[in-house]
Amino acid sequence: MGPGPKFGPRSVAASAYRAVSAGQSVDLLFHIGHYFQLIRETFTRPERFSLYWERTMEEIDLLGVKSLGIVALLSVFMGAVITIQTKTNIDSPLIPLYVVGFTARQSTILEFSPTIISLILAGKVGSTIAAQIGSMRVREQIDALDIMGVNSAGYLILPKIIACVVINPFLVVISMFLSIFGGYMAGTLSGLVSGEIYLQGIQTDFNPYHVTYALIKTVVFAFIITTVSAYQGYYTQGGTREVGISSTRAVVYSDVVILIVNYLLTQLLLI
Amino acid sequence: MIEVRGLSKRFGRTQVLTDISADFQKGKVNQIIGKSGSGKSVLCKCIVGLFEPEEGEVLYDGRSFHHLEKEEKRQVRQEIGMLFQSSALFDSLTVLENVLFPLRMFATMPEREMLDRARLCLKRVDIEGKDALFPAQISGGMQKRVGIARAIAMNPKYLFVDEPNSGLDPQTSILIDDLIDEITEEYGMTTIVITHDMNSVMGSGDNILFIHEGRAWWKGTREELLKSDNKELNDFIFAGSLMRMVKDTMKQ
Repeated sequence: MGPGPKFGPRSVAASAYRAVSAGQSVDLLFHIGHYFQLIRETFTRPERFSLYWERTMEEIDLLGVKSLGIVALLSVFMGAVITIQTKTNIDSPLIPLYVVGFTARQSTILEFSPTIISLILAGKVGSTIAAQIGSMRVREQIDALDIMGVNSAGYLILPKIIACVVINPFLVVISMFLSIFGGYMAGTLSGLVSGEIYLQGIQTDFNPYHVTYALIKTVVFAFIITTVSAYQGYYTQGGTREVGISSTRAVVYSDVVILIVNYLLTQLLLI
Repeated sequence: MIEVRGLSKRFGRTQVLTDISADFQKGKVNQIIGKSGSGKSVLCKCIVGLFEPEEGEVLYDGRSFHHLEKEEKRQVRQEIGMLFQSSALFDSLTVLENVLFPLRMFATMPEREMLDRARLCLKRVDIEGKDALFPAQISGGMQKRVGIARAIAMNPKYLFVDEPNSGLDPQTSILIDDLIDEITEEYGMTTIVITHDMNSVMGSGDNILFIHEGRAWWKGTREELLKSDNKELNDFIFAGSLMRMVKDTMKQ
């Protein structure tokens, strides 16, 4: 076919695709800009520090302490599963048995506790934040704050960011201990690896920087979970159905951003 | 006094408000009436600064709100009280904490005085003994009254009331209207009430602005309202059978 205008269905589909893609790119840029604008508003000077402090303490309880149960449960069982799977996959006599403990520790510290627990918290905490702020938006409570002269973004979002950034590293450290403990229990109770060898494994070639790396990731992920979810909730428009949609988006987008940032941080901090 | 000058607002390609000008008098209950979707709530949100208009200005006692710096705007907002259609009480706070909220955020008085002020406001709207209850535990009429108490806690110069009678029975509606009238007079506030409830208009409106298709269609007093020959205004006012009966009685 020679050059010239194309009127076939394929060219229409292609131009429609280009239009949609261009629209989506503009949409994405709009949301990124809007997100950073919200962050800027969030970090303006609080009207009354004492009220923000009270709210931060409440959020630490709601978003942090009340997540401890699920974090503990997941950590123990994940540690146990990592240990069993590692042992069943290294049948070679050339690989020493303490590698089971070593692998359980490395998997837990480097990836499971900071990343997987953050993904789980994005589901629990992120949906709570988006639903809470979204409900306030559709029920005009955020408008009420704005009309009073309160910086609604700061009052609602800043305590949540501080709470998660402060408490999530503690949750992750607890998760590390419990996961390694879960591995110990699974290994010894099933007879796959003795307690002594497992303990030898978890002490082999320990690099404290890996814990620092995990905590840096946790803090960044906590910031992502709270801000992405708060953004979804803060700009909810409509009714209860839209609050549900915002809540779902909060979890999905937080997870996607966490995975991308996890890759970038790993390249930056470990290589 | 609040003055609105040549205010226009559009959302995307939809023009919602066109060149609206009006004066809202101090110490009076000024009502904005109109059909659902006529633009009255958008006008209210433009006046209080929740929406930025494309054209025009709003003057609060001579201060052009949309041209003020952020901090100055915040100060003007502290002079504004607003009762929302849904009351917009904070679910996680008790009745007393809701009224205390603006005081705790902005007032410089000791906690004891704040408590006294909040209790006084609640007493003024006839809410007593409900301090520890949460908004979900009280009726819609009570929520409106708590909303009024919260709105007047900071002793505002300007009071905005969005659809005060929605979802309320006629008796409670009258109580709320009377309360708004009394408080307006008592505090010498500039009150703006958005409503499409004709009982409320006939019962308490001092100055009335009729919005039709996003334009200031008619302005006048309650007495002038019934005598007006404006077709769109008459279609709106006399849509209900009760008001048609009033019209017939007037004719006779």
